[in-house]
Amino acid sequence: MSTPKVRVATIWLDGCSGCHMSLLDMDERLIELADKIDVVYTPLMDVKQFPKDVDVTLVEGAVNSHEDYERILEVRKNTKILVSLGDCAISANVPSMRNPFGVEVTLKRAYVENVTLNPQIPSKEVPPLMPLARPVHAVVKVDLFVQGCPPSADTIHFVIAELLEGRTPDLSERTRFGA
Amino acid sequence: MTQKIVIDPITRIEGHAKITIEMDDQGFVRDAHFHITQFRGFEKLVEGRPFHEMPSLMARICGICPVSHLVASARACDMILAVHVPETAINLRRILNLAQLIQSHALSFFYLSSPDLLLGMDADVAKRNIFGVIQSNPQLARDGIRLRQFGQQVIEWLAGKRIHPAWVVPGGVSAPLSAENREKILAAIPEALATIQRTLDWYKGVLDNFREEARLFGNMPTMFMGLVSPDGELEHLRGKLRIVDAVGNIVADGLEPEHYQDYLGEAAESWTYLKSPYYKPMGYPNGMYRVGPLARLNIINRCGTPYADQEWAEFRQLERGAVLSSFHYHYSRLIEILYGIERIEQILNHPDILSKKVRAFAGPNKLEGIGMSEAPRGTLMHHYKIDENGLVQWVNLIIATGHNNLAMNRSVLQVAKHYVKGEKIQEGMLNRVEAVIRTYDPCLSCSTHAAGQMPLNIELINSGGEVIDQVIRG
Ligand code: SF4
Repeated sequence: MSTPKVRVATIWLDGCSGCHMSLLDMDERLIELADKIDVVYTPLMDVKQFPKDVDVTLVEGAVNSHEDYERILEVRKNTKILVSLGDCAISANVPSMRNPFGVEVTLKRAYVENVTLNPQIPSKEVPPLMPLARPVHAVVKVDLFVQGCPPSADTIHFVIAELLEGRTPDLSERTRFGA
Repeated sequence: MTQKIVIDPITRIEGHAKITIEMDDQGFVRDAHFHITQFRGFEKLVEGRPFHEMPSLMARICGICPVSHLVASARACDMILAVHVPETAINLRRILNLAQLIQSHALSFFYLSSPDLLLGMDADVAKRNIFGVIQSNPQLARDGIRLRQFGQQVIEWLAGKRIHPAWVVPGGVSAPLSAENREKILAAIPEALATIQRTLDWYKGVLDNFREEARLFGNMPTMFMGLVSPDGELEHLRGKLRIVDAVGNIVADGLEPEHYQDYLGEAAESWTYLKSPYYKPMGYPNGMYRVGPLARLNIINRCGTPYADQEWAEFRQLERGAVLSSFHYHYSRLIEILYGIERIEQILNHPDILSKKVRAFAGPNKLEGIGMSEAPRGTLMHHYKIDENGLVQWVNLIIATGHNNLAMNRSVLQVAKHYVKGEKIQEGMLNRVEAVIRTYDPCLSCSTHAAGQMPLNIELINSGGEVIDQVIRG
């Protein structure tokens, strides 16, 4: 019997989807990878509930809303190796630029000042924002950090390949913030 | 008994959203809403930044269409500089913008929607994704990967990096195109053309299987809006706005982007982070219009490239007036990919495309700038005000996906009313409700300057608030 495939998940919290797009920039290498790993959860699939016993989860984005917060706890509980993918996950990057202004003022600009009709801050059926947008490791333990805005497809491919070999990827020569 | 169905998150779309469906005592759909659940606050968080940082910062709104934000932002900044941007720079930005249109449309069609189109709306949930497509039709999957790759690679060849390049700057672009990279792009064009033509043939072959969906997916009279060239051809970078009605008559033409506040309003609602723009002369919500590829193909006189014009003529035969069904966003996306590839080739053959003069320099000469462009999903607008030191004071953004907010909500209701009935809810019904949203290819990281997924949760609640049935898609 063949050994079971490595179970991989990806999620986005508050990011721009750019880190996920960089993942897709692996292009045809995706077809090879699909042979070697079992993608069990990603925004590109219709699985709506985060599965149990995931080996590796790549997280894009910062923890911005209460929904992000609940989700990252759920993900951590069910993941062996949690990877912060990109600068937003690592430092809260762009999402954290709202922090100095405060939640109220930021929401007011968008939904009260910059509208022509029905000024009101949405509050029904939408998750409230946390007081601060925070990096993932400020909320849960993170096992590996992959810098970049976004990290390049080659870097992401290297990380996955090394993890599949059971090694900790050495990223010192490959990444930097913002690159 | 009231039942409330919550589809949360909507999957295979770009960003965070959910759908709620309310049913009455008889098990008929009473109302339905499309909620955007992410908020990021770009209109506020850039305050105090030097204006020349804006293109790079604003690109971080969205990693799928960063180039749209780059070019709209740069155009707003060009206006602040009040300079004449060199023609070559405009053409280079144009190629970049088209390359992005191609990759973004390929993402939407192949990675997000082709599972529904190839495997069927009721196919096994576990298979209904790009990996399922790789297994059952490897050629189609590879075509999608290659087309998206073509767009991304053109971006890299021009701008040095596929996602969030810093090459588009106020006043032009930061470096000219090299002869070598021009050759590389030209050499990649024949394969890309053959691939999109193969895909169009395939799509036209399966379209018949979706006659019912085409009849019911956001098939409604609305206006359509987008930029057109002075000759009424497709124009994604400059141009003026044209609005047509459901029968295809021109409602307004030659609207200046700078005066958008005269004719476009924005309304907020309590249940979504996405604002709803509307056409002011018709009021709210009657001023509903659609934008994006379907709208663009409905407002133009012709595309402006030979193959795309043939396909467009065939497409417009689908209906007498404007093509009204949102299902045909898919079809129009493929035609625009074809147009994009042809147009890139045309522009690369301009005699001065390799010119070294690609940037005009100046400090801030005006305190206000407005930039408009056609993003993959529709008309995108950036509006900035700065102070004497060039620091940003105020920003308003109208994002392509936002324009479609009223129409997306109307479409969700239409599909839910038809497919979701009775006490037993089936997954395939709900996938159609999500699929109509996918036709619009909403980009939610963008649209709330804010971005989906969580369990699909359906609760049937009786009048006492008790949950009487629950379906969780895991
Ligand atoms: S790190 Fe950069 S590319 Fe990744 S989500 Fe954040 S802004 Fe987007």
